[in-house]
Parts: sequence; structure tokens; C-alpha cells
Amino acid sequence: MSLLRIENLSLSIHSVEILKRVNLSIAPGQIVAVTGESGSGKSMTALAVMQLLPNGAQVSGSVLLEDQNLLTLSEPKMCTLRGASVGMVFQEPMTALNPVKNIGDQVMETILIHKAMSRSQAQARAQEVLTRVGLPQDRFPLSRYPHELSGGQRQRVVIAMAIALRPKLLIADEPTTALDVTTQAQILDLLKGLVREFGMGLLMITHDLAVVADMADKIVVMRHGEVVESGATTDLLHNMQHPYTRMLFKASGHQVTLPERPQPQPLLEVRNVIRTYRLPRKGLFDIPEHHRAVDNVSFALNRGERLGLVGESGCGKSTLTKAILGLDEVQAGEIRLDGQAVFSGHKPNLAVRRKMHVVFQDPYGSFNPRHRVARLIAEPFHLLETPPTGSERQDRIAEMLRAVGLSPDDADKYIHEFSGGQRQRIAIARALVIQPELILFDEAVSALDVSVRAQILDLLAELCATYSLTYLFISHDLSVVRTITDRVMVMQAGKIVEEGETEQVFAQPKHPYTQSLINAAPTLPEISDNVA
Amino acid sequence: MLRYTLKRLISLLISLMVASVVIFMVIEVAPGDPASFMLGVNAQEDTLVALRAELGLDVPKVQRYFNWVSGMLVGDFGTSYTYRTPVSQMIADRLWVSLPLALYALALSTLIAFPAGIYAAARRGKPGDLTVMGATQLGIAVPNFWFAMMLVLIFAINLRWFNAGGFAGWENGLWTGLHSLTLPAIALALPQAAILARVMRSSLLDILGEDFMRTARAKGVSRRQALWRHGVRNALIPVLTIIGLQFSFLLAGSIIIEKVFYLPGLGRLVFQAISARDLIVVESVVMLLVFAVITVNFLVDLAYAAVDPRLRSRT
Amino acid sequence: MSRNLILGALLSSLVLLAALLSFFWTPYDYAALDIPNKLQPPSIQHWFGTDHFGRDMFSMIMIGARTSIAVALVAVGIGMTLGIPLGLMAAARKGTWLDEVIMRGNDLVFAFPSLVIAILITAILGAGAINAIIAIGIFNIPVFARITRGAALSLWEREFILAARVSGKGAARISAEHILPNVANLLIVQGTIQFSLGILAEAGLSYVGLGAQPPTPSWGRMLADAQTMVSFAPHLALIPGLAIIVTVMGLNLLGDGLRDWLDPRIRVARA
Repeated sequence: MSLLRIENLSLSIHSVEILKRVNLSIAPGQIVAVTGESGSGKSMTALAVMQLLPNGAQVSGSVLLEDQNLLTLSEPKMCTLRGASVGMVFQEPMTALNPVKNIGDQVMETILIHKAMSRSQAQARAQEVLTRVGLPQDRFPLSRYPHELSGGQRQRVVIAMAIALRPKLLIADEPTTALDVTTQAQILDLLKGLVREFGMGLLMITHDLAVVADMADKIVVMRHGEVVESGATTDLLHNMQHPYTRMLFKASGHQVTLPERPQPQPLLEVRNVIRTYRLPRKGLFDIPEHHRAVDNVSFALNRGERLGLVGESGCGKSTLTKAILGLDEVQAGEIRLDGQAVFSGHKPNLAVRRKMHVVFQDPYGSFNPRHRVARLIAEPFHLLETPPTGSERQDRIAEMLRAVGLSPDDADKYIHEFSGGQRQRIAIARALVIQPELILFDEAVSALDVSVRAQILDLLAELCATYSLTYLFISHDLSVVRTITDRVMVMQAGKIVEEGETEQVFAQPKHPYTQSLINAAPTLPEISDNVA
Repeated sequence: MLRYTLKRLISLLISLMVASVVIFMVIEVAPGDPASFMLGVNAQEDTLVALRAELGLDVPKVQRYFNWVSGMLVGDFGTSYTYRTPVSQMIADRLWVSLPLALYALALSTLIAFPAGIYAAARRGKPGDLTVMGATQLGIAVPNFWFAMMLVLIFAINLRWFNAGGFAGWENGLWTGLHSLTLPAIALALPQAAILARVMRSSLLDILGEDFMRTARAKGVSRRQALWRHGVRNALIPVLTIIGLQFSFLLAGSIIIEKVFYLPGLGRLVFQAISARDLIVVESVVMLLVFAVITVNFLVDLAYAAVDPRLRSRT
Repeated sequence: MSRNLILGALLSSLVLLAALLSFFWTPYDYAALDIPNKLQPPSIQHWFGTDHFGRDMFSMIMIGARTSIAVALVAVGIGMTLGIPLGLMAAARKGTWLDEVIMRGNDLVFAFPSLVIAILITAILGAGAINAIIAIGIFNIPVFARITRGAALSLWEREFILAARVSGKGAARISAEHILPNVANLLIVQGTIQFSLGILAEAGLSYVGLGAQPPTPSWGRMLADAQTMVSFAPHLALIPGLAIIVTVMGLNLLGDGLRDWLDPRIRVARA
């Protein structure tokens, strides 16, 4: 018998159709992964089970939890089920906990709100589950506050809250998307262990197909609010029926071919760079301590070379990016482009700035919403001594738009008229418009859906051929770096711990940290035979 | 926590110091010699010199500033130019009216605003919310002294529940004193309560959209329980800021309201002093008001730390 | 457009029109005494009645609107012209001594309620409408500085500002080109709110005699004059009070309406 059975679930919010006749079921002890790109309705499916839908939601169909239709239950009755029979874990651990209450109170709340135990028993149970999720009491007493914990630790607290009453069903909505790969691997292990130990059903929502393939007993693929394909993991992976499923898996492991590199000839030289931040003083009269975000980093980037920089959050890669761009001055060492220093006499060197540009991660925050595309793309002209004007300027903008696969007519539009992928194309056009010698891609494809990401990667490979680009590609995503770079550097705690030809580093990592990174990253299974 | 308190305390002292310099400098710019003003145009030069010495006006300005500040530290605010009595005594008498009035109004305003704001947030978009919001829209548009006049007209002149003005004094018992401050306190409190209720509501609504509220709901906490258990305390952080700001409005506002009710408070003292060019009194009253505002803001900073554990542990 | 916006715009423009019209025409000469007809209740001849000198209240309210609006407008102008650049500068130089000085200066000014500033100024210069303008204006500076800085700081974190910096643009240029246009809506809304607070503050100051001096009519002083006569001529107090309430409420509704109308998030949601 199934634990959860969703039948013909349809949902509309303010009469916009979100879900269309969704069917899926979960047996006790089973892990079912719901996957799809943004807008597929996968998170709304989870919220519909919890009956935590936004205002204006209208549902039809049925959501049966052991023969009880959740859609027809009253709100007070739902409250007795939430947390007790169904637990839920959310995506963003940094904001999922109440900042003004300690973790003990928050875990105990699950127990006490259902009047399941006395206060002292609840406290003992809270200690027990926190220890079970990997937060032992000697280091993480109940009196800890959320801000004293890291993202991964906070996610463990959220999991502890969700399982404190041993629910039959656990729902996890992108539980590891906000976490680093090594933390992700630990949290996924924890979830698998809990399912096995308690015999829970786990409904896991994730966009990451490698995670899906790694975790799930059953896969449900969604698109535009509909289930396009579902089945047992091994069956589905080896026999994909729907073209969308095939496209999705293919795009996830998308490979591009880069043109050959020219003869090595150094362009960017980074020598012994140190960037420190002053930490807040601990005591009133203590000498302030310093944090070395970038610790004695040296490397060179050759003309025409595509170099990758990988590392987990907080490793110093963003700080290094800012230093190279001349946005922050470094405390020691030097950064030279084409032999000229990025900073000269405490001032950024304009002659150097002219030779590089950048593409950022967030397609929504990278543009001034009040300017038209033409003005957005033309912004780097500010760096030139004689910026092009009139028709010359228009031609350059049109050329750039065409180069990134957009139409010259788009120049008169505002940025909100474009999708995330199109915006990232515009960002690339902006970076290319002054034909810089070096482009920095700072997590430039990390916020995109897999199919869009594949298209942008194709575009980059194409631009490498036409404009012989030199770039530094900064990312936490190992699979992307592997295909889009010639050489790669691995950064940990401000230091570059390994550097080498990309294929070499990925195939035979030497440094233990690189090894742990590569081992932790979930990989897509070999499915090439059936994905033609 | 200790470090946080110390840091706030240092910033409190610096603010007080700068404020005292500003006030002293502004008053010093004032044209005219208090001594000749007091004695009239026909005063003899030697009596003027004697009076200046008596008032402490015969020393250099820097010296006078330090005399003024060091005097205030031990409770000596100097001697009134016009009344020739210690300013500290004059202020102390008036403070017993103005300060209780401001605190009374603050208490009323908070007592009205908190339930109103929470009620409106809990019933967002429903008739209860719209009624509260409409009332606060009116409340923030009403000038408090006009509202005071209307209260006098209704409750003192027509219904005769209260006296139209004057202060009964504390010596006749706490109740008598409070009774004569009730209408002024209501007049001060209601418009401020309207602002505070709106801040409370919008701050709560912001919190209701936070991720951790959804987490709480996923634990089986009902909407209303979540509002009380997780919402109110988080919403207090911006509300406290407004309460701190309101105290300065209430203290200054009480100066205006005193005029409506003929209360012998700081307001009357300062207006008399202005017309008599009794600058030492003006200077001291202003310093006292500023001192009160800065101190209340210091207390608000401490209250933040009590509410928010992030402030307690971070530096 | 919301009901708030329309109602607010209507009420505000009504008062503004009355003030503008008063430059050319009032039903009576506001200063003309007519003792025999003193303390008349509202009638066909005198829409708002007459005061204790027999002056026409309607004419006085019109001129009073002029005084109120002039004082509040100039005061908000002072607050904006000084406060916004300070806020932009503090945000552009976040964490430096300049930011620290500006913000501490703000805190200091916040410790001086506008009434206290007015008292100080009057103690030196004597009473007058200019005092009210300066006092309310000074108090507005930190309000605008703080709100500008707060909004600008979150913008400075955005990637389009980083992109502009990479394009070689300096802090001043970025502030003018990218920051200011994106905080303008917020400032317009806040400006409306401060305008209404300015009307209230002006009324309070002139009520205690620190504002416009006789014979210039002002709503606050009309109320002060009315105080002793409330029991037998309540219209003397009711009418100026209602004038203040209508103006302030109109401006507040306008501010709320503008905020909803200008907020692109809400507009997109509605579209």
C-alpha cells in the first residue's frame, strides 16, 4: 500500500494554472524524486501536500496520506498532521530558522505543539534528534542560536525539527541547493540514513539530476505543471520515453568542444597576492584580527587560454575576482595584465580596465532596470578614450546582439522583457562590446536552468572560436568547469591547492581537497546509449 | 553583551558632549548681554561688572563652557538671570510635570498600538484590518494640540469629567496627579499610537512573509500561534526604533500640549525664559531635553540586544 | 491607480488650489476687521464664519494654507537638497570615516526635535516663519539622509553597480546615474510624507508662537486664538483643525497611493 498517493492534482493560483492533473505515489521507506526546471510546479506539488499554498490557490483532485484526503481536511486537522505525520525541509537554511529563538526551543516546538510529550521528555528527544542529525550535544547544546551555526548545520537543525516526531512522510524541497558539494553529500547521506532507519517515505524535490539519479528509488519528471514521465530510477534512466526527459539529462551533462589554444604567451600575471579583511575586535582593547581571504596566490593566464577557478563558498574566489578586476586593492603582491599593473598608486589603472570585463551570476541583478538594452550594453564604452558615437555605436551594439544570438531590434527594449537566459546573453554582449583581452565569468551559468545553461555554454564555445576569447571561469560547479576550461585551479581557504590541465586534474586529482570535492559531487550515470 | 553595552555607552557620552558644545555655541552666538538686559539701559558700569561676575559671565568662553558642563554634572545648572534662583530647582519642579506626562503618554500609546497593530496584521485585508487602518490614517493626520482642545471641549467643558486645565500636584496623591494628566496624555498618545500601530502592523506583515514562518507552519503551528510565537518578537526590532523616536516627539509635544492645559511644565518655563531672554534657562532646558532623547535611544539600543541574540554575541 | 491615490491627489490639490488662488482672490480681505459681525457661525456670507475681530475665516484659511504649504515645502526642500547628497555620499563611502561622520551627525540631529531647534533659534533670532522653516528643514535632513543611504546601500550590493564599476565609472557618476534614479520613487513617497509632517509641525510651532507672526494668518495661530473661545464659538477651533486634517490626510493618502503605484513589484503583480 502506498503511503502517499497524489491523484489528478490540479492547482491554480489567482486563476493561473500551476499544476495539471499530477499523479504520483510514495511507499513507506521509498525515496521519490520530483525533478524539472524552474516553473515546472515541483515545489508547488510539495506545498500542496502540506496544504501551505499561497493565498488565492484553488486545488482539485486528491492527496491521500494513508487513505486520508488532505485536500478535504480542515485547517486545524491539517495542523495536527503537519510536523507529526508529515515533516518538511526547505531550500534556504540561512532563513528557515527563527533568528531570535535558540535551536533547542525550535526543535522542541515540533514536539510540544502536538502535545506529544512532557517538557522534559521533549527536551531529551530534542537532544537525541539533534545528535542523530550530526549535531552532538557537547558541541551544539540546545541553547545555540541559528546565527552561531553554518548553513549545513542549520539545515541539520531544520531536518531535526522535521523528524523529531518520526513522521511517516518527509518532504524535502531542494534541501541541498544552497549548500556546498561536500556539505551536500553529507546532508544527502543523512537523509538516506533517516529513511532507512525510520522507514519514512521521502518526497524529494530537486532540479539536480545527478542528485536525483544518486538518491531516488523513483523519479518523477515535471514540466509546466505536468508530469511528463515517471518510473523506477533504473528503468527510467535506461529507457527514457519522453523527449523532454532525454533533453534534460542530455543538457545536464552537456559537453562543448573548445577550439585549440594558441602558443602560450602570458596575459594575466598574479603574483603573491594577499587580500586580508579586518575582523571585528573580540574585546574592547584587543588588537583586531585579520582574515586572509586570499592568501599568497600566484598564477598566470595565457592569451587565448580558458582557465577555471573552482572552490566552495568562502574560499576566496570572489575576493580574488574583485582584486583582478581592480575593484579592491590588495595588501601585497601584484596583478598585471599585459605587463601593466591593475592598480597603480592606490588608483585602478584605466588602461588595464579597458582590457577586461566581467559577467556576473545573477541575470536579474546585473542590469539597471531603468535603462534600455542599448545603453546597458554600451556602458563599457565609458572606458574608451574616444567612445564610438552615432551609427558606429549602433552598429557595434547590433553586432554584439547578433553575436550572442539576439536580434538588433532588442536594443530598444527594457531588461524586464527578457528571460534569465537572454539576460545572461546580454551580459555577455556587454562584456564583449569593447573587445577586451580578458573576460571573467563569475558563476555566470550557476543561476540558470540546465537547458538554458547548455545553450549558454554552446554560445561561449562559439564565441571562443569567433573572437578567440581568453577567460577566467569562476564556478563551484565542477561539471561545467570540466567542459568549458583548458586548465583549472582549485582554491581552498584562500590558497590555490592544485592547478593543472583540466582533464588531468579531474581524472587524477593530487591534492586531498580536490579529491574530496570530486568524490562529493554527485555524478550523472552513463546513459549515453539511450540518449541519442 | 558587555562589549555591546560599553560601545553604546561610549557613543552615548560622545553624543552628549557634542550636543552640549552645539547648544552652548548656538546660545553664545545670541546677541546681547544678559546683564545689561536685566539691569536695563541705564545701569551703572560697575553694577554691570558685578552682575556679570555673579552670573559667571566674566570668564573666557571656553572656561564658561567647562564651568557649565561641570556644574551640570553635579546638578548645578547655574542661576536664572531673571529670577536669580537656581535653574536646577526651577527645572526640577517643572520636570515633575513634563516627564510623567511623556511617560504616561508613551505607556498609553504602546498599550493601544500593540494590540491594534497585531490585530490588524492578523486580519490582513479583512474588515477588522481596514477599520484599524482607517482609524490610524485619521490618527496620524490629527494635530495633537487640536485634539487636546476637542478633548477639553467634550470631556471638561461639556461632560465635566476632568478639569479643563491646570495641574493638581502630586502632593494630593498619585491618583489626583494622574487624573489631571489624563486628558493631556490621551491627546499626546493617540496620534503617536496611530503611527506605532501602523509600524507594528507592517513590520509583522514583513515577518509573516519570512521563511521561518513557513518552517513553523510546517511543524504544525497554526497561523495565529505562529504570529505570536515567532512573529511578534521579531517584529519588535523596528517597532523599538519608533518607540525611541516617539519619546522625543512626546517630550517635545508635551511642551505644546502644556499650553492647551495650562500645565506648569518645562514648556511654560522655556517660553517665559525666551521672552525674558533668560538664556541660561533656555540652554539648560534644551540640554535636558536632548539628554533625555539621547538616553532613551541608548536604552532602546539595549532593548534591541535583549530581543535579538545576534546583537548579544556579535561584538 | 488606487482609490488612495485618487482621493489623496484630490484632497491635496484642493488645498494647493486654495493656497494658489489666495494670491489673486479671497472672498474678503483677510485682515479687514468687522467687529459688529464678530464670532458669526458659518453662513452664506461667511462660509466658515468670522473670528473674534469679525475677520472672514474662509479667507484666513486660504491664506493659512499658503503659509503652511510654503513653510512645509521649503523645509522638505532643505531636507532633500542636503539630505539626499549626504545619504548618497555615505552609501558610496560605506564603512569609511566619511560615512561614520555623516551617520553620527544624523544621530545627533535626531536628538534635537524640531520644536527644540525652533526654541533655540527663537531664543537667538526672535520668532518668525523663517524659524519654522529652518527648524523643520534641519530635522528633515537626517530623515532623507538616512532613507537615501539605506536604499542606496542595498543597491550598491547589486551586480549592475559592480558592472558599472568595472566599466570604469566612479562613485559620483554611479550615484547619479544608477543609484539616484532607482531610489527616486522612494524619495518621492517619503517627500510626500515629510510634507504632511511639515504641515503638522508648522501648525504646532505657530500654535506656541514660534511660527509665522501676526498679521500673517496661520492655522496654528488661529487655533491658539480660538482656545479661550472654544466653549461658545467652537467653529473657530473646528475649522482650522479640519483644514489641517484634510491637508495631512490628503498628503498621506497620496504618499501611500504613490508608493503602491510606483512600486514596480506591485505593478507587475497587478498587470
